[in-house]
Amino acid sequence: MIRYAWVIALLPVVAAALTLAFGKRTPGGGSAFGIVALAAAFVMALSVLWHFVSGGGPYESSIDWFSIGTLHLEAGQFVDGLTAVMLVVVTAVSLAVHVYSLGYMHGDVRFTWFYVVLSLFTGAMLTVVIANNLLLLLVGWEIMGVCSYLLIGHWYEEHENSSAAIKAFITTRIGDVPFMFGIFALIFATGFTTTNIPEIGEAITRPDASSALVTAAALLLLGGAIGKSAQFPLHVWLPDAMAGPTPVSALIHAATMVAAGVYLVGRMFEVFVLADPFVLTIVSVIAAITALGAALLAFVQDDIKRVLAYSTLSQLAYMVAGLSLGPEGVTIAFFHLFTHAFFKALLFLGAGSVIHAVHSNDMSDMGGLKDPMPITFWTFLIGSAALSGVFPLAGFWSKDELLNGAWQYQTWLFVVLLLVAVMTAFYMTRCVLLTFFGTYRGAGHPHESPAVMTGPLVALAGASVLVGFLGAPQLGGVFGDWVYFEAPHEADFVLWMALLGTLAAATGIFLGWSLYRERRERDPLQAFSPGAWTVLQNRYYIDATYMRFIVLPVRDRLSAAVNWTNQRILDGAVNGAAWFTRAVSAFVNWFDRTFVDGFVNAVGGITGATGGLLRYLQTGNVQWYAVLLFVGVVVLAIVFVQMA
Amino acid sequence: MIRLPFVLLFSSLLFSAGVYGVLARRNAVMVLMAIELMLNAVNVNLVAFSSSLRDVGGQIFALFVIAVAAAEVGIGLAIVILLFRNRASINVDEVNLLRW
Repeated sequence: MIRYAWVIALLPVVAAALTLAFGKRTPGGGSAFGIVALAAAFVMALSVLWHFVSGGGPYESSIDWFSIGTLHLEAGQFVDGLTAVMLVVVTAVSLAVHVYSLGYMHGDVRFTWFYVVLSLFTGAMLTVVIANNLLLLLVGWEIMGVCSYLLIGHWYEEHENSSAAIKAFITTRIGDVPFMFGIFALIFATGFTTTNIPEIGEAITRPDASSALVTAAALLLLGGAIGKSAQFPLHVWLPDAMAGPTPVSALIHAATMVAAGVYLVGRMFEVFVLADPFVLTIVSVIAAITALGAALLAFVQDDIKRVLAYSTLSQLAYMVAGLSLGPEGVTIAFFHLFTHAFFKALLFLGAGSVIHAVHSNDMSDMGGLKDPMPITFWTFLIGSAALSGVFPLAGFWSKDELLNGAWQYQTWLFVVLLLVAVMTAFYMTRCVLLTFFGTYRGAGHPHESPAVMTGPLVALAGASVLVGFLGAPQLGGVFGDWVYFEAPHEADFVLWMALLGTLAAATGIFLGWSLYRERRERDPLQAFSPGAWTVLQNRYYIDATYMRFIVLPVRDRLSAAVNWTNQRILDGAVNGAAWFTRAVSAFVNWFDRTFVDGFVNAVGGITGATGGLLRYLQTGNVQWYAVLLFVGVVVLAIVFVQMA
Repeated sequence: MIRLPFVLLFSSLLFSAGVYGVLARRNAVMVLMAIELMLNAVNVNLVAFSSSLRDVGGQIFALFVIAVAAAEVGIGLAIVILLFRNRASINVDEVNLLRW
């Protein structure tokens, strides 16, 4: 079965193609292809994971693609424990989203196209996860970027949606450029022979490998991860990406695409381990900044999806922080990625259910929804508690591992993560209270969502409860046997750490509850510090700074300069060449008319003139002709006599 | 016998007179007469050589020439008559329709 793991990546792509070709003609608008494909892929992914659960080892296979000189390019799969876990996560969440979208996107103007791109995206993410070489990974990476762009801008009739899509695409692109150069650096390190990941790992562990090159490669690859996983300073696209439909936010911007950056670092961890230690320090600093900054921003959001978006930024920073802890950190980070995917997707889909019911994203239009929407309420509450790290839900176990790891390896990071845990619990409590408690502030009549939407919610809630136990130390911590760097990870359980984590969560929940259990006119935080509130509302003015110092100069001044160059210099050269050709041809024309035609005309003229003179011989008088005859005879006679 | 050179001289004088007549006479009939004169001069030349070389071929050739001359005069005069009918004149200087 593991030999055919690549089929998992192929199924959604095939489904996308079929939906594109036949979707409109199929009853149900073509959603069936994607759902069936993903269900099959999910089952296959589980069986691949089972291979590792039962103690199997990594598997690699590939086919040759083509060669350029010594550089050999292939298309293949590399399946180890990390791959298996990622496959399960992606297929599970994608399946949930595909089913959920039947309800959420019902009646949408581009229903079929939505499913095409959604399935294609899933195929691309699975390609990234399963690829055995960096080039194939890059292909999947870029296709994901395009699908993200298409899906964020799904309702492109609204200008802000298409702007958000462009912002997302360009920002991740800015991260992709260093990523590509990182790939080139690594190819160079292998002596231009291969992009295969295990082989690159071998090449850089050789004693003669240049450590400067490896450090450079690590920093460059980090660029790609920063862009895709929305870490500071390329985090600006994720909050605006909420303009896309909520299922898209759940799949792409919570569980999968943004996790791709984390996956990249984990997959290429050999490079990071061999690079200069300051690289991992940079990683932890970026993670800390992002975690804190994003958590603070979540305090002031009115849009429920924005709260979750900033929460995602913060949690991704947790994962990146985990990676910065070194080889042990790989297991820790991916365990958090694993649990986070489920409860974050759950939270987004729950938010979508609420949005679908009240027809608004803003929590000021919500309130008191726990009675009309019980399933949504309870699943959202479970997801929220999991995110806050409440025992014994999934988030508790992964956060505990993170705190343990940070305490062991980077104590200052531990402080930051603990603080962010408090903040996480706080803003989620705020979110739950504002949405589901109090009295309804909106205009319509909200009611529970249909089963196609609540079904995935329940499934994901179940996952949020259960998957944490896969990494629980008391139950063997099997997750660490599947996903690890160099050696399987032993999960430890330190009681005081677990208590501290729970205390942090409880503190956050208590603070949130006490501030928000009664609805007040003005948000209590705004009353507390209006200045800080304003800064947070403006996202620390980072977006405005980028706009003023990067976007506008390029869009206006740089493109105007390029246009001027094109019009004056390039077109000028072309027009100049044309002018010159015309001048040359005018000269040739003059030459031809004057000399060549003149010569021909002269010949004709001379002939005519000669004829004009010769005609006087033709007098018409026979006697004159006879005279000429006689003269000729005389001449001939003289000649013959002379000759004789 | 008259010696050969004198006969030849005579013949050439006759021939020259004939040439003068062909080239210089305006009357078409006079031109024809001059042509006859040339032909007869040639005949005299032929007979002179025949006599001098004791070869009868010259005389035979002279007979042919006489016959041809007769035929030619017949046709020539016919042409002159037609010319007169069309133009009421036999002045050869006036027959220059093929002039440039």
